[in-house]
Amino acid sequence: MIDLDDTDRAILRALALDGMLSAGEVGRRLSLSQPAAWRRIRRLEEAGVLAGRRVEVDRAALGFGVTVFLGVKLATKGRVSLEDFERAVTAIPEVQVVQHVLGLFDYRLRVVARDIADFERVLRRRIMTLPGVGQVEANVLLTEESRPGPLA
Amino acid sequence: MQIDAADRRILRHYLDDPGQDRATLADRAGVTPATLWRRLERLRDAGVIRSEAAVIDWRALGYAVEVSLRFTLDKTNPRAFDEFIVAAREVPEVVAIETFLGRVDVRLNVIARDMAQYQEIYRRRILTLPHIAELEALMLIATIKDVGGLPL
Repeated sequence: MIDLDDTDRAILRALALDGMLSAGEVGRRLSLSQPAAWRRIRRLEEAGVLAGRRVEVDRAALGFGVTVFLGVKLATKGRVSLEDFERAVTAIPEVQVVQHVLGLFDYRLRVVARDIADFERVLRRRIMTLPGVGQVEANVLLTEESRPGPLA
Repeated sequence: MQIDAADRRILRHYLDDPGQDRATLADRAGVTPATLWRRLERLRDAGVIRSEAAVIDWRALGYAVEVSLRFTLDKTNPRAFDEFIVAAREVPEVVAIETFLGRVDVRLNVIARDMAQYQEIYRRRILTLPHIAELEALMLIATIKDVGGLPL
């Protein structure tokens, strides 16, 4: 596993706020030369620590006013394969996130929809018809916030 | 701002793969590189694109445990949400905070190096958060799908 020093952590903090920063800009902020910053960023990418970029958009401005998290319990464990459920659920375009979890539910889904009526359509036509789906709990997302994590 | 068909095409392809180079993105969206650059700037200025952040893979840094903690808060106290969230921000291992309308009020994403460290964080930092009425945990086994894409 990769070892981080304070400079690496500062680079991760800067890029977690603005992933569009160039190596030169990162270097200027941390008093590193451009090549030194580039080498460190490259090393973090190769170690898999920097795993791409995430673009956050104003979903409401694009017509997607509702984001819902679903907890899904499979009804017929053993009879329906997890692979069948996963294959079907990941193919739904409104489903952004699928996580296999351990606890009260078997899966967590993040679903985007235009409005509550559109969400109901997705839920009835696409989610409730998934192979093996059992109890479903829905919570409508109000706010979300990413934190820097243990990088101090 | 008005979002037209070209903006939607650009955003659809950009959200699907934020890491692709600009020439490929322009090609897929059917616009020239100059148009792409201008349109992306305009979407950023208008706040449609809110952030373009690097993704940190905590597993690559040795954080093998990820738990989704779902809280119901004691809503007899009108300050419960605010005080809970302010306190949750102080816990470095909390990497995301979401609020909901539904049976769950708040969800925290908590990471830890192993189960022993998780238990330590859970006892000392989570159970001591203010105004908790109920709390349940979903342990992440695997992320099957995680995309920022919208069905534009």
